[in-house]
Amino acid sequence: MKLVLERFTKRFGATTVIDGLDLTVADGEMIALLGPSGCGKSTTLFAIAGLHRVDGGRILFGARDVADVSAQARNVGIVFQNYALYPHMSVAQNIGFPLRVRGESTTQIDRKVRSIAGLVRIDELLDRRPAQLSGGQQQRVALARALVREPDVLLLDEPLANLDAKLRMEMRSEIRRVQLETGITAILVTHDQVEAMSMCDRIALMKTGQIVQISSPAEMYDNPTDRYVASFLGNPSIAFLAADAGEELRLAGGQSLGPAGRLAGQGPLELGVRPEHYGPGKGPQLQGKVVMMETHGREDLFEVDLDGGGRLRAILPAGSGVRTGASVDWGVAVERLFAFSPKGARL
Amino acid sequence: MQPHHRSYWPIVAALTALSAPLVIMYVYQLIDTVTTTAPGSIIPNGITLQHWQFLSQPITRDGPTIWALAGNTLIFACSTAVVVTGVSLTAAYALSRLAMPGRGLFLGGLIVLHAFPTLTLIVAVFLILQYMGLYDTLTGVILVKVAFELPFGIWIMKGFYDSVPWEIEMAGVTDGASRFTVWRLLVLPQVQPGLAALLIFSFLSGWSEFILPLVLAPANAPQVLATYLAAIIADDRVADFSLFKAVSIFYALPVLAIYVIFQKKLMNIYGGGSKG
Repeated sequence: MKLVLERFTKRFGATTVIDGLDLTVADGEMIALLGPSGCGKSTTLFAIAGLHRVDGGRILFGARDVADVSAQARNVGIVFQNYALYPHMSVAQNIGFPLRVRGESTTQIDRKVRSIAGLVRIDELLDRRPAQLSGGQQQRVALARALVREPDVLLLDEPLANLDAKLRMEMRSEIRRVQLETGITAILVTHDQVEAMSMCDRIALMKTGQIVQISSPAEMYDNPTDRYVASFLGNPSIAFLAADAGEELRLAGGQSLGPAGRLAGQGPLELGVRPEHYGPGKGPQLQGKVVMMETHGREDLFEVDLDGGGRLRAILPAGSGVRTGASVDWGVAVERLFAFSPKGARL
Repeated sequence: MQPHHRSYWPIVAALTALSAPLVIMYVYQLIDTVTTTAPGSIIPNGITLQHWQFLSQPITRDGPTIWALAGNTLIFACSTAVVVTGVSLTAAYALSRLAMPGRGLFLGGLIVLHAFPTLTLIVAVFLILQYMGLYDTLTGVILVKVAFELPFGIWIMKGFYDSVPWEIEMAGVTDGASRFTVWRLLVLPQVQPGLAALLIFSFLSGWSEFILPLVLAPANAPQVLATYLAAIIADDRVADFSLFKAVSIFYALPVLAIYVIFQKKLMNIYGGGSKG
């Protein structure tokens, strides 16, 4: 079902946390609300679920405005970071709870529970208690409970934050698989850009109650609207260099990147260089010295202090032979640079 | 291990010495109820069951039987336990979860009342009971006892509710359950250890209550075991210490039994929460 937030506003006491937020999620789309803690992403999610009162604007499920509808009557499924399973109930009772509350018959509940348990692959665990399950299994149960009564929207609040790294990878693709198989409209709240990029059709990047940019993961990575977006996405993260654009693009440290091209005459600005766009033979050379090297197995991460000032990161295939302390004259792929005004807007 | 072990001995010896008087007194209490002892002697000179005759016949000719008194005490203790637990369960949930006006004031009041020497209120309580026509009735004493026990009960239960994750309730609400259903089906089972502990605790407290029945229901005949016990030695004509000891044991047995059976549950109240 299509979900629309129109001028959505939320206040806590005198503080306006979210002021007039607009968001449209297409039917069957999975969208990420990405941002640092305190940016309002969970608040938005809880407002959609009906757990927070809406202080202004509309929330539309399809054509129905649910802003004043109680959480019970809203028909959303929600998965919490700590799973929020009911500890005194078996897995089957947990999943069946929403149906039991609605007064469905035992045979019908049993049938639906089994079918959804098959979908999330926990058929074997139906008689267990939550405490007897691993984190990943608990997450699957929570997902099944959220999906069993076919909600209009599936809401995921940091669903992977409590899992270890390996399980997180597994559940990332599992949640996406289930979302695609059921074709449900889903909203994922996360502070982890990798989750957002790998699981969702689109990302809405938030900052202090505002959506800064909303686009597909690839588009957001390749074409950030401002310095904040550029710095939020990418791991290892982007490096920034102070520079001045006259005829020539000259770093604050004195080294030149050649003709300024379309940036000519912009004056002082900031350049963003992603690690994969800096390395041997990538473009105009800069003199520098390797100050740190991290081995990541398949590739190595370098930090290079440029002569005259400024620091860049580079990521190279393992086996380059470059060590900490080495002088290098690696280049920057100038055509892949991002330029930002001193205020952070993309140039 | 060996030197470590030996170092316990002085402590064990000291504790034994300290508790010996208590143990000896308890042993004598038990022995005295089934023996006769010549005045001035401490060695019993005969065995008798006469001190336990109160089980089958009233001590004073027109007085109540011990079973009627035990029944009264049971009613008193059970009512106290049920009402205290019932009110605490709902009040503590409200204080833990609902944003209601005056919540902070109420919580502060609870702590003050919990630490307050409630007996100093007895004159005011007496006047209120008198005014309501509940003076000298078991109902009146129960109500006062409940009121005095509630701050403790509510505070303990609030601790248990506080340890239930919010998300469980939020999940329940989005699952379509009303707040009441969420409380009954999802939250209550999580605080069940606290509920059991509080039930037992307030029962024991009611069972051993002495001052309130003494002051608020003096009557011509004592109504609960505690006041009856006091009356046995207060009355010069029937003052009989062997009888007093026998009734004391009768009075203490249920308490001992409950402690033995529910030991684990009672410890919960100090643990302060449930584990998922």
